[in-house]
Amino acid sequence: MAGHSRFFSGSGARNVCGIVGLFLKNPSLRPELGARLSEMLITMSDRGPDSAGIAIYGQSDSGKSKVTVQSANPADDFSALSNQLGPQLGKEFQIDINDTHAVLSVESSDVQFVKQAIQEQFSTLRIMSSGEAVEIYKEVGPPAEVVHRFGLNQMSGSHGIGHTRMATESAVTTLGAHPFSTGPDQCLVHNGSLSNHNNLRRQLRRAGIHFETENDTEVAAAYLSSRIDCGVSLGDALESALEDLDGFYTFVVSTRNGFGVLRDPIACKPAVLAETDDYVAFGSEYRALVALPNIKQATVWEPEPAIVYFWEH
Amino acid sequence: MATFDLAACPLRELNAELHRQAAIVREGGAAEQQWEILNPRGSHAVAVGVDAPLEITVRGNVGYYCGGMNQSGTIRIEGSAGPGLGENMMSGTISVSGNASQYAGATGRGGLLVINGNASSRCGISMKGIDILVRGNVGHMSAFLAQAGNLVVLGDAGDSLGDSIYEARVFVLGQVKSLGADCIKKEMRKEHIELLESLLTRAGISDMKASDFTRYGSARELYHFDVDRFDAY
Repeated sequence: MAGHSRFFSGSGARNVCGIVGLFLKNPSLRPELGARLSEMLITMSDRGPDSAGIAIYGQSDSGKSKVTVQSANPADDFSALSNQLGPQLGKEFQIDINDTHAVLSVESSDVQFVKQAIQEQFSTLRIMSSGEAVEIYKEVGPPAEVVHRFGLNQMSGSHGIGHTRMATESAVTTLGAHPFSTGPDQCLVHNGSLSNHNNLRRQLRRAGIHFETENDTEVAAAYLSSRIDCGVSLGDALESALEDLDGFYTFVVSTRNGFGVLRDPIACKPAVLAETDDYVAFGSEYRALVALPNIKQATVWEPEPAIVYFWEH
Repeated sequence: MATFDLAACPLRELNAELHRQAAIVREGGAAEQQWEILNPRGSHAVAVGVDAPLEITVRGNVGYYCGGMNQSGTIRIEGSAGPGLGENMMSGTISVSGNASQYAGATGRGGLLVINGNASSRCGISMKGIDILVRGNVGHMSAFLAQAGNLVVLGDAGDSLGDSIYEARVFVLGQVKSLGADCIKKEMRKEHIELLESLLTRAGISDMKASDFTRYGSARELYHFDVDRFDAY
């Protein structure tokens, strides 16, 4: 450790990406979720204007699941999907088109069939997420544009996470945008950069996990999904991430009913949590939280490094 | 007292106005020296680069780099501060009633920084003469590479306190989770007790006994070249 520069300037890595999350405890706030989360994300625009995305947990119907897909050529792709998938499934299904994204509502028992059919027959479609409640919308562009494009501020739901990106690890593309989802109703946003993602991706591929990108965050998401697939809780999966993931990270993760936050042991990447009786909110900065109801009465704190924070409905 | 409302006017106008008033003070003119800042709502760079004895009260939470490069100013924050509070301050006083985020007082060359809540990681990193007093706890890697000045902690310190420290002094009343490389516990001699008493007095603290603190500083084994330790470098 000798020979440190006398001109060391202090603080190391600074702003890269902005992340937000909102977990509602009070169901009466659900109609406002999209508007609140959108406002939080737009406030974080200057942390990264490359691309933006939101995962939102909305209405779910018993026995039904949603598959969110994206296309660069939505007019042709979605009508082809609509025409071809129905006969293959042998039953009607609902498709809600929203700009470059479409949400397919199918029987939960058909999700695997539908995903496989899309992967095999529709090479220009990308699966964003699947699950009982989650829908992911993400595109290249600053948060305000992405919010407007999909009407994210009109959406309701129980919880959601969002990200605005300053790309460092892979290309500025829709697929490189966050949130990432690698398991049913499981989503993750990340501020930071992982250093062992190539090795970990190889290990996870060997275990049969499919990757869409070369992005480091997708590896973190896939890692957590693989742990959850082994039967551990999200909280325990995050605990094991502390052992197995190397690099800088502040993660905000969500499941069907859960919401978690984890920072690496060095904790360079910023994080602020706020909690009231009505909600738990996360922001890369306090600025993201200032418009939330009763924020002045909220408990506001900086999450400790290497401590798992987790809430569940 | 003049009031500036950040909900009504942009931050750049605030800092430009403070710099304008500071220039008047330096030239011996009649300046508005007392300022109240409303609705900071986590804004970055509030009251940076103040270089005259203005008295500034910020009513609310601030974001990154509040009071950075402060010279002679007295800045009070009624709330909490984001990362880089008082970074590279030269002189004057900054106080915060709540908590401060990462690297408060980083690279500071002088003046007094008082944090009434907790400071998170890397408090006083690479400090070069500033005095920092924290009523609560400090996070990991505090006083990392600290070169000169004093860090006083009334609560506990996190991991790796004073890693690779040079000639700064660290005084802790509570527990230290672990010491960093080349940082050791040191004897509290008379001159240290007198120094700490004066620091506590400057920070307005009268209910603590200087002799109850533990002093930490450099073992001076890392930064003096020693050929016998070549392998360790």
